[in-house]
Amino acid sequence: MSKQDTEAPAATERGALEELSRDDASRKRFLKMVGGAGAASAFAIFLAACGDDDDDKKDDSTAASDDKSGGGAKSDIDIVNYALTLEYLETAFYNDVLESGIVTDKNIGELATTFAKEEQEHVDALKAAVEKLGGKPVAAPETKFPLESEEEVLKLAATVENLGAAAYLGAAPDIKSPEILAAALSIHSVEGRHAAALNTATGQTIVPDGAFAKPASMDEVLKAVKPFIVS
Amino acid sequence: MSNSNLAVPELAAIQIDGITRQSFILRGALAAGAVYGVSTVGPFVKEAFAQDEGGGDIGILNFALTLEYLEAAYYKQGLDQVSDLDGDANELATLIQKDEDEHVKGLMAGITDAGGEPVAAPEVDFGDAFADQAAFLKLAQTLEDTGVSAYNGAGPAIQSKEILATAGSIVQVEARHAAAIRLQNDAAPTESAFDKPLDMQQVLDAVKPFVKS
Repeated sequence: MSKQDTEAPAATERGALEELSRDDASRKRFLKMVGGAGAASAFAIFLAACGDDDDDKKDDSTAASDDKSGGGAKSDIDIVNYALTLEYLETAFYNDVLESGIVTDKNIGELATTFAKEEQEHVDALKAAVEKLGGKPVAAPETKFPLESEEEVLKLAATVENLGAAAYLGAAPDIKSPEILAAALSIHSVEGRHAAALNTATGQTIVPDGAFAKPASMDEVLKAVKPFIVS
Repeated sequence: MSNSNLAVPELAAIQIDGITRQSFILRGALAAGAVYGVSTVGPFVKEAFAQDEGGGDIGILNFALTLEYLEAAYYKQGLDQVSDLDGDANELATLIQKDEDEHVKGLMAGITDAGGEPVAAPEVDFGDAFADQAAFLKLAQTLEDTGVSAYNGAGPAIQSKEILATAGSIVQVEARHAAAIRLQNDAAPTESAFDKPLDMQQVLDAVKPFVKS
């Protein structure tokens, strides 16, 4: 994660490293990275979600005009930041797992490596999307995961991915911007793929909810991940 | 449909980067109109959209229903005809076939509830796909990946929150199918970190070889 504080505006609401929201270079770097990752068509979605340079101006924050709905409905910025938090968590999880050396199975190791990379791409994309909406990406939470055995790690990975997929499913219908919705959907199904692969690896059914996946609410999801968040 | 509009009227009014969700949807509908105006895939597609003036939620649901018919038929025929299916592949195809059948039923009910009329199942022909397990799983992978992309492409044009939620709950299952089939094929469960959306024309082009009417 880039920690550039190029031109930090004084008023920060949520944390320290959000200043890259004004850092055009980091956006370009992100776009280049996503483009270079072989995700050419996915790249198009995020060009849409992130906008091009022409409309890259501050008053894009009209997209966040749903701020006024502060009470009940969640704004797109809130939803994307929520998704970003989950992606931070997943990325940290896979990185911890890979660093721990607890995974010895070659196939599982490959999955974990791929998924770590993909979750990081989700993080980068969602950060850019928050910025595009005129918001500030939340900071990554400090996390801690129980890494007892390969079997436990796999089970936890499956749990986290199934939860992530349910979280996107629960949040998607509340997204107002079609571009952000398109981006969220393109991530949602990838989380579903991850979940199915890990369910297969742990001997569970690929479709735990049957033919129609069940959504999870923000409250349910935050409660479920709370044990893994230190700060 | 007008009912779902009333259910979430605020969606129509929200301004996003110069366009409203409403006008985005209109644009999608116009694109759909262009699709079935020039499409040569047969009457089933025209029927799917004709009753809903240029797409709309019912048009999208009928489009999805057609894809689910196609998938359900694929697994049904495959289970009947592929002679060398091993235990794992058989189990997976059986599971998926059941899910696709439920999607068909769910979508038909959704269309009826929304005041539309479900399209009839197309006649299908999958060519040599059932010659052996490898061919069967190969096309299965294509169909599932295409299904995911079709739902992801259509999702942002759906007006009703409820219908969007239903489409989401189906696409996640399609994605799970796709991943499991890919693992059977010794392929990575994902193509990239982002599943690409396909528009209707792209999907129709992809499934055209298998649709006879």
